[in-house]
Amino acid sequence: MDIFLQQIINGLVQGSIYALVALGYTMVYGIMGLINFAHGEVVMIGTLVTITVAGTLLNSGMPVALAGLAGLMAAVLVCMALGWALERIAYRPLRNAPRLTPLITAIGMSIVLQNLAMMIWGRNYLTFPSLLPKMDFEFAGANFTAIQIIIVLVSAAMMGGLLLLVYHTKLGMAMRATAQNPAVASLMGVNVNRVIAAAFVIGSALGAVAGVMVGGYYEIAHYQMGFMLGLKAFTAAVLGGIGNLAGAMLGGILLGIIEALGAGYIGDLTGGFLGSHYQDIFAFVVLIVVLMFKPSGLFGEKTGDRA
Amino acid sequence: MQAKLSVVALSVAAALALSACGQKEEPKPVAAAPGPVAKPEVVVKLGHVAPMTGPQAHLGKDNENGAVLAVEELNAKGMEIGGAKVKFELINEDDAADPKQGAIVAQKLVDAKVNGVIGHLNSGTTIPASKLYADAGIPQISGSATNPKYTQQGFATAFRVMANDVQQGKSLGEFAVKQGVKTVAIVDDRTAYGQGLADEFKKAAEASGLKIVASEYTTDKATDFKAILTKIKSKKADLVFFGGMDAQGGPMVKQMQELGIKAKFLGGDGVCTPKFMELGGAASEGHFCSLPGMPLEKLAKGPEFREKFTKKFGAEIQLYAPYVYDAVMVMADSMKRADSVDPVKFLPAIGKTKYDGVTAMIEFDQVGDLKGGAISIYQYKGGKLEYVETLGGNPVEAAKPDIKADIQADAKEAVADVKDAAKAVAGAATAVGKEAVGDVKHAAKAAAEAGKEAVKAGAEAVKGAADATKVAVEKK
Repeated sequence: MDIFLQQIINGLVQGSIYALVALGYTMVYGIMGLINFAHGEVVMIGTLVTITVAGTLLNSGMPVALAGLAGLMAAVLVCMALGWALERIAYRPLRNAPRLTPLITAIGMSIVLQNLAMMIWGRNYLTFPSLLPKMDFEFAGANFTAIQIIIVLVSAAMMGGLLLLVYHTKLGMAMRATAQNPAVASLMGVNVNRVIAAAFVIGSALGAVAGVMVGGYYEIAHYQMGFMLGLKAFTAAVLGGIGNLAGAMLGGILLGIIEALGAGYIGDLTGGFLGSHYQDIFAFVVLIVVLMFKPSGLFGEKTGDRA
Repeated sequence: MQAKLSVVALSVAAALALSACGQKEEPKPVAAAPGPVAKPEVVVKLGHVAPMTGPQAHLGKDNENGAVLAVEELNAKGMEIGGAKVKFELINEDDAADPKQGAIVAQKLVDAKVNGVIGHLNSGTTIPASKLYADAGIPQISGSATNPKYTQQGFATAFRVMANDVQQGKSLGEFAVKQGVKTVAIVDDRTAYGQGLADEFKKAAEASGLKIVASEYTTDKATDFKAILTKIKSKKADLVFFGGMDAQGGPMVKQMQELGIKAKFLGGDGVCTPKFMELGGAASEGHFCSLPGMPLEKLAKGPEFREKFTKKFGAEIQLYAPYVYDAVMVMADSMKRADSVDPVKFLPAIGKTKYDGVTAMIEFDQVGDLKGGAISIYQYKGGKLEYVETLGGNPVEAAKPDIKADIQADAKEAVADVKDAAKAVAGAATAVGKEAVGDVKHAAKAAAEAGKEAVKAGAEAVKGAADATKVAVEKK
């Protein structure tokens, strides 16, 4: 039983990370209908910037809390600038192109960013500085750490904040209007370009926060870390219903828990026929089943107020 | 759609990475001093393949540095083969640790008509590539592919300069038993290397009575192992064995600690790196890993190599650089002995190699494996790899070839001496008469016994044997 609880905790934390990244995907998709495949790379750059900034400050003798905060701020600022630049350079010129074109551009940007990061930070695995005190807790036989609690809380807070933004602010209203119909929204006095840029900037800021969380949790970073993470988060977003903020959160956590339980029990359930390397099929079987019965995902709506 | 997209992304990434590397990793032109040699300079093209991108790029770069160092030394020294001055040229390729990519770059090297290939780094890429090299008759020496299959395919062109995973798995199994371990959980990363090593370890562990309580799997790109570790925790293993690389092993020990797993961690050469300790931090303390061969500090040329390496590249040796260095040297040495850079002519010479390298005295057996490959166990202590012991092989003999040859020569002499002595005894016995026959037989037996010992112990024992024979004769 304690093992089951432990697996749920493992899955919850892993899922919260997916959810944090998935929020960025879903934010952009909700408004533009574009899958920004470079989002995983934005997360990666957030992690690497934090390593550089926080690592340098720590070495110069700054207190841990201050260095960590500075690292986080730097990562958020760099990623926001990156998100804005991505939209301005790669996506805006293609806004009226067929849907496949910006998708391929997104993949291209993802590769460009990976290689850029390789040139700047090198090929080596980097160690993320320990910014948080090591605290271990035990509850009913299950172990967890302070960073795990922080990850779950931060991703819940981020989702709450985004919901507030989208449904209770003027910018949010403009976003929803743009999502419904950009042409009409602009006739109503909404600056569509600015709203879309804002979605990218906010999504990238979330990506930076996710990057810091991922880095702080595994304490390892690499220029290719964003690729798989992005793919999993994208899956989570689709599972929850892409374009829906609460759906991204739920999809992420669901995916994380399914993976953890899959890895933990698939071997015993199949009598050793399938091992833990098949953990991903658990997640994807669930995804396929959900999409068969609800093609727009668990929380997805066919039309209307995306984002 | 997703899968398709990722395939597109991957192939474009690979293409980009390749072109980027092609530009960046171009071997630096070495200024060729115009010598007095009349014949034109012959360029010997050596292909070197290792992952220069992807999660194992740091190890790939380390391998490449080893090869670059060897080639630069060879060129600086200046070699003459077949009467002409030769210049070695390194063609570096990136296989991204991907078997498909490995075959593609192997074909590229075959098309470029390289004289020999050093690499690849991973067993998973080396094995498929070795077929292409074998078909083209291009000799291949890997400094790091340890999966036994590589040399078992029956290719005359495949060699390696380190112990394979059969030896490594066996030694690790022996070590686990010595540590008093009873139950073992095995994790591998599903690569040819990781799986191969884990399988060999499993065989050795089961043979020595250890109980395998869990077999779990991960990938060579994963960072989260909590799910499988939680399962391992529930099975109460004394030891977690990991067949895989440092980029996974480091976070794995950290997560073991976070989950409160008290079991010891044991891994192969893939995790025996400084990077592992950097990534694992304090959690790596007290765990064990193994490396083929002997520690550099214990080898005659080891410290010198380390100094050269760090001076040139300003980086610590990660793992396989000395082996790759030796692989290049063995290739050059074989060309020299065959007096030809033509693969057809110097390939037989590789099999007859007897090269005193940095890592070992390099000789190959009939399939192309290193003879007498030793395995050393290390423990992570205070951020350093501390040498524990060497298992398997015959490292002392391997490291000091001349003594070995001497001993053998002495032993032969000893046998001859003893035979002579026995003959003399027999002659004397015949002269003495019938009653003595029984005693003489006894004496001859003693002499033969002593002779056997003499063979083992060498020259020292010969004296003893001769004495024994003398005593026998005197008795009569």
